[in-house]
Amino acid sequence: MPELLLADVGSTFTKVCVVHTDEPRLLARAAVPTTTEPDVNQGLDAACRLAGTALDTALPLLASSSAAGGLRIAAVGLVPSLTAKAAEMAALGAGAKVVGTFPYALNTDDENRLRTLEPDLVLLTGGTDGGDTSHIVGNAEVITRTLPAVPVVVAGNRNAHDDLRRVLDGHQGPVRFADNVMPELNRLNLGPSRDCIRQLFLERIVIAKGMGRLKARADLLVPTPQAVLEAVRLLGQTAGGLGDFLAVDIGGATTDVYSHGAGLPSNAGVVYKGLPEPIDKRTVEADLGMRHTLSGVMALIDLEGLCAEHGLQPEEVMAWTTRVAADPGAIPHSTQETAADTALAAAACRLAVQRHCGRLEEVWGPEGRVFLQEGKDLGDAGWVVGTGGPAAFGPAPEVILAAARRRAGSASLLPRAPRFLADRDYLLWAVGLLAQAGLDEAGARLALHHLREVPGGDAPSCRRVPEGTHRGE
Amino acid sequence: MPTSPEVPSPRHHGCPSATPVNIVLGVIGADCHAVGNKILEIAFREAGFRVNNLGVMVAQAEFIAAALETDARAMVISSLCGHAEIDCRGLRERCLEAGIGHILLYLGGNLTVGETDFPTVERRFREMGFDRVFPPGTAPEEGIAALWEDLRRRGCRQPAGDTKGPGRA
Ligand code: B12
Repeated sequence: MPELLLADVGSTFTKVCVVHTDEPRLLARAAVPTTTEPDVNQGLDAACRLAGTALDTALPLLASSSAAGGLRIAAVGLVPSLTAKAAEMAALGAGAKVVGTFPYALNTDDENRLRTLEPDLVLLTGGTDGGDTSHIVGNAEVITRTLPAVPVVVAGNRNAHDDLRRVLDGHQGPVRFADNVMPELNRLNLGPSRDCIRQLFLERIVIAKGMGRLKARADLLVPTPQAVLEAVRLLGQTAGGLGDFLAVDIGGATTDVYSHGAGLPSNAGVVYKGLPEPIDKRTVEADLGMRHTLSGVMALIDLEGLCAEHGLQPEEVMAWTTRVAADPGAIPHSTQETAADTALAAAACRLAVQRHCGRLEEVWGPEGRVFLQEGKDLGDAGWVVGTGGPAAFGPAPEVILAAARRRAGSASLLPRAPRFLADRDYLLWAVGLLAQAGLDEAGARLALHHLREVPGGDAPSCRRVPEGTHRGE
Repeated sequence: MPTSPEVPSPRHHGCPSATPVNIVLGVIGADCHAVGNKILEIAFREAGFRVNNLGVMVAQAEFIAAALETDARAMVISSLCGHAEIDCRGLRERCLEAGIGHILLYLGGNLTVGETDFPTVERRFREMGFDRVFPPGTAPEEGIAALWEDLRRRGCRQPAGDTKGPGRA
């Protein structure tokens, strides 16, 4: 089938494109504001019309959704740095919004929090295979009592399965057992739980969120962030693609960071510590956004330093943040407001990328200095891609993307000499959908054709340029 | 050799004959002597333990996190570079704090620099809360025999709920 209809619903805009897959190219594209009343279908129909098609054409439809809050998951594990973190990584990799991470034994406070959060799904982990069973079993009791109708994916110690089946026997929501997210100490296995989450999302959650029609029509329906992560995998893996790279999406409420790359220590004098991380990794910073959570960014930055770096006055930044606090829909008018908006986006980008990438810690041992690495070393990542938000559409994406570059002396393992790309046509979700449907080549070619290089990155000296990438504007 | 969790375990039975016993192994502190650690891993695994080896340069917090997650019965700790006293201080107290105060703590290697009277060294580390302390060059087999003995003495019957982390209501 050479033509496909692709749709993304739920973010500010509902987007639709028609793609030719044999000769990969975009035939039509449209975006309209997402509708919620009565549901997403109105917007979807309007976007299709605008793209010169209709939702009910014979074209196969691949869709992604972040509607109704996306896929909201509570991640439950045992030790914060081990299974609780693994559960969080699994949920993020499945495209979820992690509404809470709960380590150790759930207590009454946690119970209340879970009730208030009303997650769409609980990912229950804890214990290596053959390891601890008491916490996961105790936590299952709390979950089935607290959230009796919520779907549960169990991905913990398999030796606890018998007890868990008994405890969850009367659970009203669906319960699925997947392989342990951490079968052995410090070994991750996120694929099986991710697949289970994806399945439950399709079978139960999209319907509960009023997307029955979309589900019935679509040949594929996944959470939007999962589609983007899939695009990251594809562009990283494809020969002639981007290799190791980072992608940044700075939104109004959150900042998402994606990376492709193993990120293992780059020299023998560095010892890796803690959980290994997935090659295709996603993190979400819920306190770093350009509108609703701008106060989160303000709380973390050194205002004087930011102003010095961007040639601004602190009062100018404060004036802009005051306006945004009063009206999250504010759009910068003056050059000062635009500059403040860009500077704050750069700050959010830097903070989010620092949290995403690993760190080096210097330890003074009996023999002198030794280095410990925790998390991914993305020093050799060749590209930083701005997708969505000001890093893609703003007036100065190069300023924002440059914030992802490693600074001399920094302990954060950020890219040392990246070049920059902007996903100007906001297509990564569509590329990910193509990849998920097995159309890797079409997806890769479409992406590499539409990503625009943003000047200001490091000289292309000896680095390979992806085929078909536009240079400059 | 029970290296994979094939045997379904009755919950918290903990008996070595029915289900592999988890231990956590590692070289503590900023110590990077790696050879003995590998030998210990192989020896303890061949003796029937499920060895969760953290390798070299292991912080106390890592030992504790690993023991919680794997429901380990013992930490088998090496210290070769002579800094054991500094690196091991407070470990028992932190285990207590984490809810695994009952775990067996074993320590071996070159624990001190210059101190030649082993009984003195041993006493010092026993007072710190280590169950067994081994002199330099102890063969792994000696540690293994001692561990089986200690586990047997404990009846291999840890009560359920001895591995609660902080937060258990
Ligand atoms: C190789 C070596 C190094 C290599 C390590 C390479 C590597 N990545 O492994 C390098 C060059 C890096 C090195 C560095 C240092 N080393 Co060095 N090193 C050695 C050496 C020569 C051999 C260690 C070894 O591999 N032995 C073989 C293994 C199989 O034996 P093992 O480690 O003792 O472990 C066995 C037993 O002890 C026992 N065991 C160990 N733990 C436990 C625990 C339990 C519960 C049980 C039952 C048994 C047990 O079972 C193990 C397996 O059979 C020893 C001297 C020696 N001959 O032991 C010095 C030695 C350990 N190093 C020493 C020192 C001081 C250092 C340095 C501080 C500086 C220096 N002077 O070189 C640095 C420290 C670096 C750091 N951050 O840790 C001293 C320690 C002094 C002390 N404690 O009294 C030693 C003893 C040399 C000496 N005589 O001065 N070292």
